[in-house]
Amino acid sequence: MGLIFKDETFRDDFTFSNSPEAIRRFPFPFHEDKYMYTVNIEPHVPGPKGSVYEFPIDIDEHYVSDMRDRALVLAEDPLRCQSLPHMLTAEWDLVELLMTSMARDYPEHFSLTRDGDNWHWINRPLGIDQKFIFGDVSTLPYRPMEYITRQCQGDFCLLDQRDGDLWMDSGIVSSQADWSLDFDVGMSFKEWHAPVPLAHEAGVFDRALKFLLMLQQGRPVRRLNWTMTINSRLDTSPENYHKWGTDRTTVTPENVGDKVHLRVELQGLWRLPRSNAIVFSIRAYLIKMKELVTVPKWGRRLHRVLKTLPPQIADYKGLSRYRQTTIDWLAKYDDGLPTSPGCWPE
Amino acid sequence: MTVSTDIPVRVTDIETVAEGVKRFRFATRDGSKLPEFSGGAHTVVTMRDGDTVRRNPYSLMSSPFDGSHYEISVLRTVDSRGGSVFMHDKVKVGSEMMISQPVNLFPIDRRGRKHLLIAGGIGITPFMSMMNQLDREEMPFELYYCNRSPARGAYIDRLSGLYGHRIHTFFDDKREALPLARLLAGQPLGTHLYVCGPSGMIDWVLASAREAGWPDENVHSERFLAPPSGKPFKVDLAKSNKSIVVGQYQSVLEAVEAAGVDAPYLCRGGACGQCETSVIACDGAIHHNDHYLTDEEKRSGKKMMICVSRIDGAGVVLDL
Repeated sequence: MGLIFKDETFRDDFTFSNSPEAIRRFPFPFHEDKYMYTVNIEPHVPGPKGSVYEFPIDIDEHYVSDMRDRALVLAEDPLRCQSLPHMLTAEWDLVELLMTSMARDYPEHFSLTRDGDNWHWINRPLGIDQKFIFGDVSTLPYRPMEYITRQCQGDFCLLDQRDGDLWMDSGIVSSQADWSLDFDVGMSFKEWHAPVPLAHEAGVFDRALKFLLMLQQGRPVRRLNWTMTINSRLDTSPENYHKWGTDRTTVTPENVGDKVHLRVELQGLWRLPRSNAIVFSIRAYLIKMKELVTVPKWGRRLHRVLKTLPPQIADYKGLSRYRQTTIDWLAKYDDGLPTSPGCWPE
Repeated sequence: MTVSTDIPVRVTDIETVAEGVKRFRFATRDGSKLPEFSGGAHTVVTMRDGDTVRRNPYSLMSSPFDGSHYEISVLRTVDSRGGSVFMHDKVKVGSEMMISQPVNLFPIDRRGRKHLLIAGGIGITPFMSMMNQLDREEMPFELYYCNRSPARGAYIDRLSGLYGHRIHTFFDDKREALPLARLLAGQPLGTHLYVCGPSGMIDWVLASAREAGWPDENVHSERFLAPPSGKPFKVDLAKSNKSIVVGQYQSVLEAVEAAGVDAPYLCRGGACGQCETSVIACDGAIHHNDHYLTDEEKRSGKKMMICVSRIDGAGVVLDL
């Protein structure tokens, strides 16, 4: 059974919404009624059927519209996709990872035939049929990373490993939570994480870097991160802050359910074979408050998490201005009953 | 709990390639493809010799782009641990073994405008796959390869055939010396230097490069240390609540594994940092044999790399 792709927008009239099935599979990130930074990294192994963890690369009902939005972002701002020259081998590694995963796990939508370096890729939802030579840039209409990530949900960064550090030397970042590849490209692990509050003091980045430097082929890992977004906008970039920053002032008690979204990033990390680089994928899932509270446990828990969130974290995530309005709205869905451990719906 | 991603393989070919050096070829038992890898990577081979389990790292020297087989080369060294002797004397074509996923602690720095490779003896092995990749990706390189004699030098003809004038050989018995100072002085800006071979040679090359003003970022080396032997000592594992004895020719890591306790590792040679373990208490002196911990960390006595480091004394309590 194939996916049915929705026709919707992530800008202007914001027609994005989640089907009931998409709500049930939303990667709700809070395993308890409060939140603090931790090194919450776990093996990226297959999860329950139908969940966002079922396959290494998750494709969902928003795929076609999501890819249309990425094309719009890139047309306006080509610097969302950048790659330093020494990252070309890693780009090809990424082509292989994404094409083989998508074709294996969604055979009704994608197929890949390999005959040595002669590859044939078919993407039915986007109407693409491409024969190319793996390793030969001239046989694709874009550089390899841009080619495949215009066809795969999520932002991707390719991290070079050298001198005991990771370097963000390549990436495509068009659906980000207020950070910029154009600003961060070429930075080391701690440089690009410098703005995050509290976590440095807790030693989170020392431990995470040590862990990632030893990330092994065949053993990908994942973690969840989260923030909140006003309107279903994927492109909340610093470059376009003038377009979305003021949205935060438009939240009223009446429109919280529609306007305020929890934004969860499923981040995956793989060691790539030929380049020894690491690919860092950041796949954003959006859910409206009125959709989220259809799962009673999530409504109760998000209310409690937001109430107890340290102010530095609320500021960093940019939700201080509408936090109280959202807490007040969610209060209606928190009857004070205990919540069960873990993230899944009851 | 570590999920094992080791690969079941069968030995499909063994060939003597130089005095004391055998090449082993592995293919998967089910005929599936082996993962591609990056030049300079190694695999850890598990050897089951009766009740003794040894795990040794060996550089992968076949083409990184050919998943039909892997090749390693093993120099027979008559040490007390017996890994290479086991490989030479007991492993036959058809033997079934387990190998780890490829791990690369000696990768190419792709920013290099040129790659200068210096190998001594069996230290050639990581450069075999590295040159394959450099050549395929059209990155300029030169190999300077030192051996005691032509008979001891593995793969010289093959390399000269493949890479021609990019291969330079030096033989002790012909009184040919690597002109290191001149070599280091005459490289174009942006050259990266890689060295693998006997410990003394690595030290010499690294010191010469530093003296010649090379930036540390442009100089790369790989040395796998066999776990040194020493007097037996006791280890208490605090988390697993076990008490074990590390034998004369055993590493702490091997003793921990023999006791059925799962400890993380990647290189088993004191280089990668994966097996870093907290020391809770120590009755004796820690002999830090690794290249990973900083001098300050070693002095603190709070951490040890259990793949190569030992205790000179009664025993140690580890956070395992």
